[in-house]
Amino acid sequence: MTNDILLILPEIILALCAIAGLMAGAYCGQDALARPILWFISAALVAMALIVAGSSSTTLSGFNGTFVNDGFARFAKVVILISAACVLVMSEGYMKTRGLLRFEYPILVALSVVGMMVMVSAGDLMVLYMGLELQSLALYVVASLRRDSAKSTEAGLKYFVLGALSSGLLLYGASLIYGYAGTTLFSGIITTAQAGQTSVGMLFGIVFLISGMAFKVSAVPFHMWTPDVYEGSPTPVTAFFATAPKVAAMALFARVLYDAFGNAVGDWQQVVAMLSVLSMFLGAVAAIGQTNIKRLMAYSSIAHMGYALMGLAAGSAFGVQAMLVYMAIYVTMNVGVFAFILLMEKDGAPVTDISALNMYSKNHPGRAFALLVLLFSLAGVPPFLGFFGKLYVLRAAYDGGLAWLAIAGVIASVVGAYYYLRIVFFMYFGDDKVDALDANRGGILGGFLIASAVIMVVGIINMFGVEGAAALAAATLVN
Amino acid sequence: MENNLLSIVTFMPAFAALILAVFLRGEDEAAQRNAKWLAMITTSATFFISIFVYLEFDPSNTGFQMIDEAEWLLGLNYRLGVDGISILFVMLTTFMMPLVIAASWDVKTRVKEYMIAFLILETLMIGVFVSLDLILFYLFFEASLIPMFLIIGIWGGANRIYASFKFFLYTFFGSVLMLVAMVAMFADAGTTCIGGCDVSLLTHTFGSETFSLMGVQIVGGMQTLMFLAFFASFAVKMPMWPVHTWLPDAHVQAPTAGSVVLAAILLKMGGYGFLRFSLPMFPVGAEVIGPMILWMSAIAIVYTSLVALVQDDMKKLIAYSSVAHMGFVTMGIFSANQQGLDGAIFQMISHGFISGALFLTVGVIYDRMHTREIDAYGGLVNRMPIYALLFMLFTMANVGLPGTSGFVGEFLTLMAVFQVNTWVAAVATTGVIFSAAYALWLYRRVVMGDLIKESLKAITDMNAREKWIFAPLVVMTLLLGVYPALILDVIGPSVSALVEHYDTAVAAGMTAADTAQAHN
Repeated sequence: MTNDILLILPEIILALCAIAGLMAGAYCGQDALARPILWFISAALVAMALIVAGSSSTTLSGFNGTFVNDGFARFAKVVILISAACVLVMSEGYMKTRGLLRFEYPILVALSVVGMMVMVSAGDLMVLYMGLELQSLALYVVASLRRDSAKSTEAGLKYFVLGALSSGLLLYGASLIYGYAGTTLFSGIITTAQAGQTSVGMLFGIVFLISGMAFKVSAVPFHMWTPDVYEGSPTPVTAFFATAPKVAAMALFARVLYDAFGNAVGDWQQVVAMLSVLSMFLGAVAAIGQTNIKRLMAYSSIAHMGYALMGLAAGSAFGVQAMLVYMAIYVTMNVGVFAFILLMEKDGAPVTDISALNMYSKNHPGRAFALLVLLFSLAGVPPFLGFFGKLYVLRAAYDGGLAWLAIAGVIASVVGAYYYLRIVFFMYFGDDKVDALDANRGGILGGFLIASAVIMVVGIINMFGVEGAAALAAATLVN
Repeated sequence: MENNLLSIVTFMPAFAALILAVFLRGEDEAAQRNAKWLAMITTSATFFISIFVYLEFDPSNTGFQMIDEAEWLLGLNYRLGVDGISILFVMLTTFMMPLVIAASWDVKTRVKEYMIAFLILETLMIGVFVSLDLILFYLFFEASLIPMFLIIGIWGGANRIYASFKFFLYTFFGSVLMLVAMVAMFADAGTTCIGGCDVSLLTHTFGSETFSLMGVQIVGGMQTLMFLAFFASFAVKMPMWPVHTWLPDAHVQAPTAGSVVLAAILLKMGGYGFLRFSLPMFPVGAEVIGPMILWMSAIAIVYTSLVALVQDDMKKLIAYSSVAHMGFVTMGIFSANQQGLDGAIFQMISHGFISGALFLTVGVIYDRMHTREIDAYGGLVNRMPIYALLFMLFTMANVGLPGTSGFVGEFLTLMAVFQVNTWVAAVATTGVIFSAAYALWLYRRVVMGDLIKESLKAITDMNAREKWIFAPLVVMTLLLGVYPALILDVIGPSVSALVEHYDTAVAAGMTAADTAQAHN
């Protein structure tokens, strides 16, 4: 029992921190404590990341195998915790000037992070669902944080309704699997779901389960909510949506596919490959017409999820490693890009129109150049780190016998390059205009922007060791 | 032997660009001057150091030399080295860059960024020619799109946006297919080392058994598929007919220095790629597709020469003539014999000097009159005798007059293709006549006649800086024209080793394919 508790200690501490923050906020009333709570939660997230990263390197499972703490979970948790902390720190200034800095905000983020940590460690369908819902409920609320804005509440509601639908799909799949496997434990399911002898009911279950999870990673055709939610939510919240939950959902995807159905790769490989190719193409094509940078980033994230799914579809340990590396790079790039979007202001009001960036490089050469690096990295143009993410998944797909998927992926990346170039076009080639964006001070946001651009360049030397860590993590999941 | 010379040559410009980016502030006169001089000194120093590479290079050794390596990500290696095929391209790059910087001395807008872009571009171009790792090559090859995209887009002409996007997306599309083939090669050979190590792609034999894919019989199997993927990239880069349409747009819109770099060096990456990858690594594929490429080259030579005839924009005319000259290069390469490869490399180097010089001559009068319309000029010889002389020399070199370097390359490639396919040679030779037609006609319309246009009455001849830029190009064009051994001696041993390797590999591969066919 003690061992079990120790196993989920980081989750417990984080939940306690959230509760303590809630207490403090509730007793002091109003939002006087919002700032300290935000910093406190951020510190707690970073501390948990350090604890998780430094904890034992063996695979441990507790609560009768329903909760697994292996290298894979630890890798995903560190990425989730760090990115959540970054986004929290980044959002402070924006939330404060817009009067959105309520004390609930950091607490809800902390709770959703707890949910994500449970998700990636799930060893059982029930635990999976519990983590997923904890995460999602917190996210629904955060999406509609701007209560007096129609768009924000619409985003929250849309997210909630569609999220509930996907939860329903997922639960339906889970119950089918339980019915045909006789257990909800992944370790039990994997013995039943053998390649070539999965029953029809089990297959249905897998498909429903995958649909539910595809919704969470916003893979096509379950992506409809993404652009609206990205656009409607306050920008820091969008930044959060684009980072930590995506990593968690993708890790959960891998966890379920390999821990529960690792012996039936052939049964789900085509489904995942299809999700991947559709996401890549829709993400690339639909983003072309966007004028709002947040919507554009929504489609960009759909496309990127397609590439990450390409790694998963490979069905090998290297594929999982590629997916993890890809997600780590993706999160780093998105933190930088959203730091930039948060900096886009005109007369103190946030701007999300891409054409507002006209000749941005004239007034802010440094920031414009950092964004240029990030955009080329997102497009997968060498020599930036984003290219290596693509190289990993391409190699995984090719080795997994999915050469057609690799070819489709690179063609989609050419289409996708167009809309990233369009932003560069506005920043560098546009016409001279008088109404430039505010010359606000960069501060923390500028720091994040520059740091992530520098990582994109310097990272190509050795990726800061992420490659090796991802390899270890993947090895614990796939064996 | 530990040898960091190549790394120094490669990364010195990028290092200078970093210094410029971090330490140089402001947009005033002094800052602009500092940026220009730093760029000038760096590119000159790079050329100076590259001379040491040239001196240390031993032409009789057909392997890779001066290898510099370190471990890298994903089981890749950072490996640089040169052999007889790549060394001259490195020299061409380092030779041209100081001239390019000097030619952009009058740039007024965003001088610092301009110099940074060109310095980074130099690093990437040298990197393409010296990298001995597949992915490292791709890295440099693709990354060179970014500075060129910005150069066209920021400092380009009126229609620069369209040209820059077309340039980027066209070439990017070509290269990503190559990337997939590279991943496949990595999977097949288990290494990304191009050459000079125990297990290398140059010594690995890729499968050439004919198989059928979705009902289509693919003769040459894997090799043909990989060859096509690489071909997609290099043919666009080269550029070959019919995927050349991005080049005239890019050339016309790019600033003069950008056009020079594009014509003199960036186009050569495609030809270098054919020599480094397509021929030696996929010989069976090259044997299967080669005849088609010979015909494409012949069409390119004749067709683009005819197109060049009707252009009314000088830069566009020279751009089309570049496509025609690159047709000779591909023709030489896929003749796959000693003269062909010698001629192709010679043609690429000499075209680097000649087309660079031609774009500079256009730049000289563009700087004065701000138009590239041929009709806007006429009778320049009356006011600009020195200019007329230089333009004459490079026009003749472009036509391939004996005594200039243009002749040697065309002659060798024609001779080579004659042995392989007489009809292609016959068609291509008519292209030589067309090239004389468009080049001389251009010269007549711009330089000859009476100076009747009012606007040209005050035009001045070239100043000292402009003359000095042309001096090295004149020397090289004439020197290589009368003494081609300067190049042929350096590349000879490596080329003959390549041809030998190609012939044995084709013989072995074709026998294997035949036996496989017999079994079916």
